[in-house]
Order: sequence, then C-alpha cells, then structure tokens
Amino acid sequence: MSDPIQVRVAAVRTVSPKIREFTLEAVSGQLFSFSPGSHVVVTMKGTNAEGKAKVWKNAYSLVSDGFDASRYVIAVRLQDESRGGSVFMHTQVKEGDTLEITPPSNLFAPVWSAKKHVLIAGGVGITPFMSYLPEMKRRGAATEMHYSYRGDATGAYREELQVDEQTPVTFYDGAAGERCDLKAVLGSQPLGTHFYVCGPESLIEGVQETAMELGLPSSNIHFEAFAAPQPGQPFAVQLEGSGLNIQVSEDESLLEALERSGVEVPNLCRGGVCGQCRTQVVDGEPEHRDSFLSDTEKADNDCLMPCVSRARSSSLTLSI
Amino acid sequence: MRIAPTKIETFRDDFTYTNSPFAIERFPFPFPEDDYSYSVNIEPHTLPGKADSVYEHLLDIDEHYLSEMRERGLVLKENPKRCIAMPHMDLACWDMIDRCMTSMAVDYPDWFKLEKDGDQWHWQNLLLNIDDRFTFGDSSTLPMPPMEYMGRQVQGDIALLDQREGDLFLDAGIVTCPADWSLAFDAGMSFSEWHGPVPMAHEMGVFDRALKYLCAIQVDRPVRRLNWTLTINARMDTSPETYPNWGHERTSVTPENVGEKVHLRVELQMLDRMPRSNALMFSIRTYLISFEDLCTNPDWARRMHRVMKTLPEPLIEYKGLSRYHPLLVEWLSKYDVPN
Repeated sequence: MSDPIQVRVAAVRTVSPKIREFTLEAVSGQLFSFSPGSHVVVTMKGTNAEGKAKVWKNAYSLVSDGFDASRYVIAVRLQDESRGGSVFMHTQVKEGDTLEITPPSNLFAPVWSAKKHVLIAGGVGITPFMSYLPEMKRRGAATEMHYSYRGDATGAYREELQVDEQTPVTFYDGAAGERCDLKAVLGSQPLGTHFYVCGPESLIEGVQETAMELGLPSSNIHFEAFAAPQPGQPFAVQLEGSGLNIQVSEDESLLEALERSGVEVPNLCRGGVCGQCRTQVVDGEPEHRDSFLSDTEKADNDCLMPCVSRARSSSLTLSI
Repeated sequence: MRIAPTKIETFRDDFTYTNSPFAIERFPFPFPEDDYSYSVNIEPHTLPGKADSVYEHLLDIDEHYLSEMRERGLVLKENPKRCIAMPHMDLACWDMIDRCMTSMAVDYPDWFKLEKDGDQWHWQNLLLNIDDRFTFGDSSTLPMPPMEYMGRQVQGDIALLDQREGDLFLDAGIVTCPADWSLAFDAGMSFSEWHGPVPMAHEMGVFDRALKYLCAIQVDRPVRRLNWTLTINARMDTSPETYPNWGHERTSVTPENVGEKVHLRVELQMLDRMPRSNALMFSIRTYLISFEDLCTNPDWARRMHRVMKTLPEPLIEYKGLSRYHPLLVEWLSKYDVPN
C-alpha cells in the first residue's frame, strides 16, 4: 500500500445542516492529481465513549477538481448511527489540525467512452460527482444530474451546481415531498448513455430495478455502494497464522480490530467494494456485509471481507 | 556509469547495433532459476533502484536512445497506424506526458529540462534538439498528437490502458518494437482478449489474478516484470505487419552464426497509475543482446542452456523458436559442462 500523507486542515465549513466540508493541504511536499470519483481514507485518532484510545479509518470522496493538486476537499455527513468516525470529524477536527490520509484511489471512475453521462445523487452521495463535473466540462461531455436530498439535513453544494449551465441539474427536496421519477429519467436517454448512482441503498436499488424494467444493460449502470462499516454483535477471532486471539467490539470493524493488534491486511476502500482485504476463514460462520463476493462465494463461507463483514457465530478462525 | 547517448546504430538492413561492456553488464537477465517456470513475476518498481541498473529510474534512458528514436521514426513513416489514441484517451495521454517529462527531467537533468508555470510548460530535450512551449492539457498546442509527441522521445513502446468495468482496455499506444503483436489489431481489446494467444497461462488462472492486481495499482506505486523471447538479428520491429521482412530470418540460423544472429530479447514491462484519468501506463522497454555477448557471462551462459533445454513445447512454439531451438541448445551446451 502507498505511504500515508500528512495533511493540515486549512478550512472547515458547514455546507448543509448535517454535512461539513474540510479543505486539506499537504504538510510538506505535494499532493497527487486525481481522477474524478476518487476517494481518500482518513485516519482519525480519538477516544471512544469509554474514553479509550480509538482509531477510525473512513473513506471519503474528494469533492475538489482533480487537476488542482494544491489541496483536497472532502465532505462528511454526520451519520445518525455513527460508530464514531463522522462524530469525530464533526466535533473534534478544527482548522490547523493534522490528519493522515491515503493517496487517492478510484473505484467509481466515469466511463470515458460513454456518449452521455447521467449522474444520480442522493444526499451526501453528491460528493463523488463534485469531482466529475470539472472534467466533464473540460471535455465538453454531455452530462446531466438528478440530485435528491433532504433540505433539513443534506443538499450540499446546490448553489455551486445551479450556476453551471453546461450541466443541467434537477433538484428534489425530499423534505418538501419532491421525488425523482427514475423511470422518466432513465427512459428518456440516448443510446450509449451511462448512469452513475451514489446515495442510499434504496436509491441504488431503485435505479437498478428501473433499468432492468426498461431493458437497459447493467454494464451501463454504475454505483458507488461503499459505506462505512456498521456496528454489530461483538465476537472473538483466532488467527491461525500468527496465533493471536482478538476481541472485536460492537462498534469496531474486524479490519480495525486486526490493525489495532498489529496485523496488516491490504485494503483500499474499507467499505466492502474493492476486494483487497479478502481473508480466508478456517472456522466459524461469517456474516457477509460486502458487495464484492458473489452469492456463491458468500454461501461457501470460506472467506470474508473484514472491512465490513462480521461473525454470525460467537467466534471466527482466520488463516492469517 | 551512464554516458550521454551519441551513437546512431541500425536495427535493420546492416544491423550495426552493439552493446558496450557497460550495457552488457546491466542487461536485465530474466531467469532467476535454472528451470524455466511460468509465473506472473510482478514486483514493485521501487525508486530509485540500484544505481546504474535498468531499474534505477522510472524510465531507463541508455546508450541506444538516439538509435531507437531514429528507428521509431522510420517505423512510423512506413506505417502511421503504429500510434493510436482513441478520442477518450486524450487526458490519459497528458497524464503520460506529465509523468514522463517530470521524471525524465529529474532523473536525467543534463539531457531533459522542464519548467512549469501553471499550465504553461517549457520542455527541452537536449538529446533530440527539441525545445517546445505548450499549454498542459491542450493538444492543439503541441506540434503533433500527444501520444506521438511523447512516444517519439521515450525509449520503449507505450500503451495506455483505460480501466472500466473491472477490466483494462488497450485504447491508446505507440508500438514500434513489439515482440510479434500488433497495436492496430489489439486496439480496443480487453485484458483477456489481447492475452488470448498466450498458451497454458489461462488455465492456470494467471490472467484473472494479474488483472485484479493491476486494477488495484495505486498512484506513485509502479510495478514491473520482465518478459522475454528470442529474436534473429538485432531487429527491434518484429511486428505482424512487417512479418515478411523478418519471419524468414529464422531459417538463416546455422551452428556457425548462432552467437551473432540469435538475440535474447527482454522486455522490462512497467505499469504505472495515471492520476487524472485513472488509466494505466504500460511501458514495454526492450533490450536486445546477442548470444555471443550474453555468453561472456559464464553464469548467464550456463543458465541459458538449462532454461532452453527445459522449455515446454507449447512455449517453444508460441515464442516462434521451433525452427532453430535444437540447434541453439546444442550450441549453448558447451557453456554447461559438468565439473
């Protein structure tokens, strides 16, 4: 994995009732340019509810222009069921603080050969598209956006989006009862259009179902499914290779527990998408929560993605 | 130590190409063991590598630079289709220009100079007497399309792979010294499509694993591997398009001329993530060495004999060695006498 980058928080601002934006600059040296749809993983070192030291690592989309390597901008939604990471970002991180991030990687890049790009955002799902727009503009690519939000919580960057004439944006405020008619949006596009969805699971499923109904090829539908790992029941882990025994608490992920114990597992997205952290299960029954493994692989129960998945049994034995 | 490239040699007709003792010493000999085994053999291209080695810098510029750039010009003149860039790859081409120019100016400051003032760039290639100012990202400010412009100044072939749908697509490249493959034929193909002809490896699952690995390559974390074949005469351009020029040369090998005719052809393949486009740059840097020069190193000579002797039949066939393989093993056997 790439070396982490130290960044200084240059600015913090509120961009919607529940979303804060952080501008990050390199402490020394230069940042990398990045491609539209890229994310970074931010390491947050804080304390949990019991006052114990705790490290969170969350992936956040970059919302700035990838051509501008002088700064990175991320936007963080305060999660209602936070395991602590978004609370930390909202309450602890101030201008001038130093954070550690990974170099950008991309699991949600635009398909450059598409004839047209339709961007469908829900809530904080607007974030990856913020880095799409400047590049779409540079290329003169046909693009339109449909942006659903709740005015009392999300809806960041509406003003910025309105002034961009090249990219028509339709806004839907769920709090005011407005809804995006997916069938009308998907059904009225020219052949060769690619659709990109980022938002809550219900939005992603809605687009997938509508696309299937309309006979649109699934290869033209792209979604960013990764979300921060959700809490669950605590469980024990035995590591066959290293002989370690680890306890995974309810509000930490298996991957975090492994890292806390000094066990390094390759990872990029920390959200069950990239497939890098796949780990062999020797004994016990995993509770699969990822979008990477196929249904057959999940049923075999001989591997799991520790970034999001947990245990159905009281303990798991892993080969590492 | 590296010296400025000054000689201009040929890779066709009279084949004046030769390696200096320094070039022989740093030749990337590709066989880590006596028995040839198939593997993906990818490793991190950690920079800087060992001083003076072919791994020292991101891109290796050596004594053959002027000769190879002249040869590239000849091939492009004969067949402009050796350089292709699909319209959606323009940004990837600029990523490549940034990566190549920036690293070359840092790694070889006596030969290449780059000044950036925002998007106004000034590039000097002192070896080829090029001095250009252009606007970064604006292809209309270059004297030729970006892929060709950079490709004419970098040793080795380059392909740019677009990453989408969890796969890689060969959507741009400049390929004038291929080991019997054609850019025009492979253009637009996916990773498994362009590897279609490779024997044995598909069944071994090599390509599935390799693809997953390549799709996860991160920015500033280039990786490399060596690939090899044999070529008769020091011919860089062994492409299907020019097969009539070189295919028959395989019949010209005799026990007397093996040492000068047969060349080990090694590709230093390097893959590097392009930051703005998310494409992968695939650089294929070719090194040629005659068996005569190769066998000045007794360890290489002995191992070469053992590898050739144990090479599986499908690979002998795939690499096009069938016609002279027995003769070659016999010739090499003198370097592998039991003590």
